[in-house]
Amino acid sequence: MWSHVRTLWEVLKHTFSRNETVQYPEEMPYLAPRYRGRIILTRDPDGEERCVACNLCAVVCPVDCIALEKTEGEDGRWLPEFFRINFSRCIMCGMCEEACPTYAIQLTPDFELCEFNRDNMVYEKEHLLIDGVGKYPGYSFWQIAGKTIAGKDKGEAQGECEPVDVKDLLP
Amino acid sequence: MAIITVDGQTFDVQEGHNLLQACLTHKLDLPYFCWHPAMGSVGACRQCAVIQYQDEDDERGRLVMACMTLAVDGTRISIEAGQAKEFRASVIEWLMENHPHDCPVCEEGGECHLQDMTVMTGHTTRRYRGQKRTFRNQYLGPFIGHEMNRCITCFRCVRYYHDYAGGDDLQAFGSRTRMFFGRESDGVLENEFAGNLVEVCPTGVFTDKPFSQTYTRKWDLQSAPSICPGCAVGCNTLPGARYGLLKRVHNRYHSDVNGYFLCDRGRFGSHFVNADARIRRAGVRAEDGVFEEIAIEDASVRLSEVLGQGDVIGIGSPRASLEANFALKSLVGEDNFVAGVADNENRLNELMVSIYRESGAHIPTLTDVEAADAVLVLGEDVLNTAPRVALALRQSVRNLSLEMATNAGIPEWQDAGVRGHAQDALNPLFIASIAPTRIDDIAADTLHGTPDVLAEAGFAIAHQIDSAFVAVELFNDVNNFVDAAVKALSEAKRPLIVSGTGCGSAALMQAAANIAWALKGRGGEAALLLTGQEANSTGVTLLGADLDLGSALRKLSTGDVKNVIVLENDLYRRAPAASVDAALDKADNVIVLDVLETPTIERATMVLPAAAYAESTGTFVNYEGRAQRFYQVFEADGATRPAWRYLTDAAKLAGRNDLRWDHVDEVVRACAGTDNLKGIQDVAPTADYRGRANLRIPRETHRASGRTAMHAHLNVHEPKTTVDEETPFSYSMEGLNGDQPGSLIPYVWSPGWNSNQSIFKFQQEVAGSLQGGEVGVRLLDVSANGTGLQNRFRDPPETDSGSTTADGMRLLPLYSIFGSDELSGFSPPIIERSSGPQLVLNPGEAHQLGLTVGGGVKSPGLGSFEVCVSSEMPRGYAGIVLGMRGSINVLPQDAVELMPDPSLKPKRPLDVIARGH
Ligand code: SF4
Ligand code: SF4
Ligand code: SF4
Ligand code: SF4
Ligand code: FES
Repeated sequence: MWSHVRTLWEVLKHTFSRNETVQYPEEMPYLAPRYRGRIILTRDPDGEERCVACNLCAVVCPVDCIALEKTEGEDGRWLPEFFRINFSRCIMCGMCEEACPTYAIQLTPDFELCEFNRDNMVYEKEHLLIDGVGKYPGYSFWQIAGKTIAGKDKGEAQGECEPVDVKDLLP
Repeated sequence: MAIITVDGQTFDVQEGHNLLQACLTHKLDLPYFCWHPAMGSVGACRQCAVIQYQDEDDERGRLVMACMTLAVDGTRISIEAGQAKEFRASVIEWLMENHPHDCPVCEEGGECHLQDMTVMTGHTTRRYRGQKRTFRNQYLGPFIGHEMNRCITCFRCVRYYHDYAGGDDLQAFGSRTRMFFGRESDGVLENEFAGNLVEVCPTGVFTDKPFSQTYTRKWDLQSAPSICPGCAVGCNTLPGARYGLLKRVHNRYHSDVNGYFLCDRGRFGSHFVNADARIRRAGVRAEDGVFEEIAIEDASVRLSEVLGQGDVIGIGSPRASLEANFALKSLVGEDNFVAGVADNENRLNELMVSIYRESGAHIPTLTDVEAADAVLVLGEDVLNTAPRVALALRQSVRNLSLEMATNAGIPEWQDAGVRGHAQDALNPLFIASIAPTRIDDIAADTLHGTPDVLAEAGFAIAHQIDSAFVAVELFNDVNNFVDAAVKALSEAKRPLIVSGTGCGSAALMQAAANIAWALKGRGGEAALLLTGQEANSTGVTLLGADLDLGSALRKLSTGDVKNVIVLENDLYRRAPAASVDAALDKADNVIVLDVLETPTIERATMVLPAAAYAESTGTFVNYEGRAQRFYQVFEADGATRPAWRYLTDAAKLAGRNDLRWDHVDEVVRACAGTDNLKGIQDVAPTADYRGRANLRIPRETHRASGRTAMHAHLNVHEPKTTVDEETPFSYSMEGLNGDQPGSLIPYVWSPGWNSNQSIFKFQQEVAGSLQGGEVGVRLLDVSANGTGLQNRFRDPPETDSGSTTADGMRLLPLYSIFGSDELSGFSPPIIERSSGPQLVLNPGEAHQLGLTVGGGVKSPGLGSFEVCVSSEMPRGYAGIVLGMRGSINVLPQDAVELMPDPSLKPKRPLDVIARGH
């Protein structure tokens, strides 16, 4: 008997407490930029693809849901011929972002990845690639790497000297 | 045996080894860069530092370079001592000062010795804030990429390329941090073994260019042990594949065959597996002459119907597996099986086997070749026909310097010391060849002439060593060569004679055999190396064929036999086009099972897609009679299957009971019933072999990526991994790679050692045998009975005067490492590197015939060639580089007429394009 009364009391008490229900999706919660949701591929500040097809994201991925293959652009940049993420396998762990040496792959706060058809969870490069730098505005891997690309000759990367004159006889 | 103590643990080590060898032999992780197991130490990189203690009481010790310190009994060292660790870390830190931020875009990444050593020494954070020095790269040809910024100045590349492989167009330039390793100017690396730089360089300076085009990290390469199909040496390889393409070929260590190195034909020639000219579907020729695709099952039915129509001629192939040849021979019967080699070559192959069988002379492995102290090469241009032998010969001439060093108390691994002490001292190597060869630079003397002249010289050498052998009269200019060779060979402790079928001359091989027997008869040792021309030349010869190709073609052209099955063979490379045409015109059914679209395919009535070597499992027998297994690396595209399967399927459909084989193991077992091939069942374990914990051996590394995404665009549900019924390997990362027999190593990797340097973890001792045992079974090993005197050859050739006659020039066979081999001739980098069809003749005669160097020359029925001249070519003779695509592979016996061909545009030598700085 006593327990029934107590239960009623507890329930009635909530009539006066603040409402915790969020009216999702009408009302969107705030998610920090570092939230781990849908994955994107970003671009360099100069607008070129950031991903250099190094495969580090693919190898670190615990569920092996990233596949890509390297090709080379006219300008000498490495880039992925294709880049595929199978989101039906992805566990949003963020390891790929951790591993990426170019800040190309980034997780976003978009977690709304539901599909009726699992096939639609397979994203190709054209679905992943955005037109911006994402969370890391300034970074450009190619300006630091030693490999030459069109518009950046040897000695022109950050912190590089002029190329050595091999035939110079001075000590 | 010496006993040394490393960090308190005692180890038995080999007397005379250095401390680095000793530590690595015991699988201790000691970082190093400049030491190489095949090239010894120079102490250049300072990475292998350890602390050596004076005696039991010494507490402080001193820093020594392990690779430069002899492991003597009682040595006490420490790898872990703080000072040693600090020193090694600081060496790395200083090597990394100028290292570019390249790992993500470097082809070495993931299998980089520098990455491994950096991690091993614990250098993680960059403290250096100065500027990095940079270099411009060079264009080095279609094989090798160059990215000089990544260099750590270990000197391995020049030590390999110049000192070991004998190349003179790669050097070290500059000084201090400006050391540059490259050519004097941009251009193709000329050495035929340049590809090994990819594996020798511990960083990403020299990388595999074709591999880079559709690059895959090592951890993603699916791979399995394989055998190079490029020539009769049978180098062990590790092809790697991904996304249905063969991506690259790496060396697979074999202590007795290829050691650590491959030739460039082997490394870059296998891209034929991906060629557009690959046959992927079965087809039959319709009425209108066009191929119509049919299902494989229908093809088998049609094949079985043909079998029901009486006799079928089966033409085997020296580039197909032993299993496929055996299945064909069983199918068509002994009387109808042809080895698939040109008639003359077939006779020479048989002669080769019978000499081996009867000689009692030792059949040398390449390690034996390297150990020889006097060598005579009689006729065979090994650099172009069995390339890896030439690299071994280069090492053989160094034995004198090693001996001198040993006498002077310098250890063999003390590379700079040995070379400095011996200067230019070389063991005698005598080369008798048709035209100058690319190893003449190390020869004590050379002799150039027609095969008959060379054979005569050979017979004379045998006679002079032992007068029981037939005498020949010689011309003056040959005498000196003969005398010198006789002297050197008789004085040698381990003399070696090298010859082969390349010159098309039986007399030459007989002369080689006589010399070996004569040397043996004197009570000494003698090794005799005879080489055939293709990966399985020895195999098909041992299998045996009663019918020769000429007779088979005649049977077809006369209509005696109506049907023919051609197994992985292009008949136009084996017999004159006219006789092939005549035979195929008459045949009702020409069924071709092949890998590539050859001219023979054009004449086929039915074509079946055969799996290439990397897509199937089989056995090749190399020049020394060593049977070796190659395994399927990846599953082929399309309807492709191993050739033997089509044959056994058709046999079953035709109601035959004798070819009921479902697995390659069953074919092998049946094949082992052939007298000559006893023992091939022991070449490798059967498919039911399982390693520790009953596990298979994985084709993929444990880090293989992308499993749930690779095929997701086709089907989001991952496909079931194929269960491999044929081999002990799995098509996944599941299994254990480490303690299996030596013939089953699918890739080399060990914790902390991602690069190919990890091979030491698989060896009994560094540069020694594999822990899992030797790879392959030698089928020809004979008891060294008798001296073979009773078998000696008695008829030297009749030399013909060879002057230009009114009816033209006689032709001589020449070869090119890049292009003479049929399969690699379909590989794009090899095509880029090779010249077009060439004809070589004496400059005087070229002038007389109105030919200009670099211009065209043609001969009716033979086609057109680029004119090359060599003053060493005998007058009246022209050499033709055989086997080039679009050219001939069988020389006509008669003299031919040569005339200028102004319309020929010879392929220009590779352009020197400065790109990719
Ligand atoms: S978030 Fe994790 S599971 Fe998803 S792709 Fe990246 S590494 Fe793989
Ligand atoms: S880690 Fe980054 S740069 Fe490398 S492949 Fe993945 S996304 Fe591209
Ligand atoms: S190029 Fe490679 S092998 Fe040569 S010195 Fe530099 S790091 Fe060593
Ligand atoms: S072609 Fe011959 S020498 Fe070259 S790698 Fe292949 S088997 Fe070895
Ligand atoms: S390996 Fe010993 S100094 Fe380089």
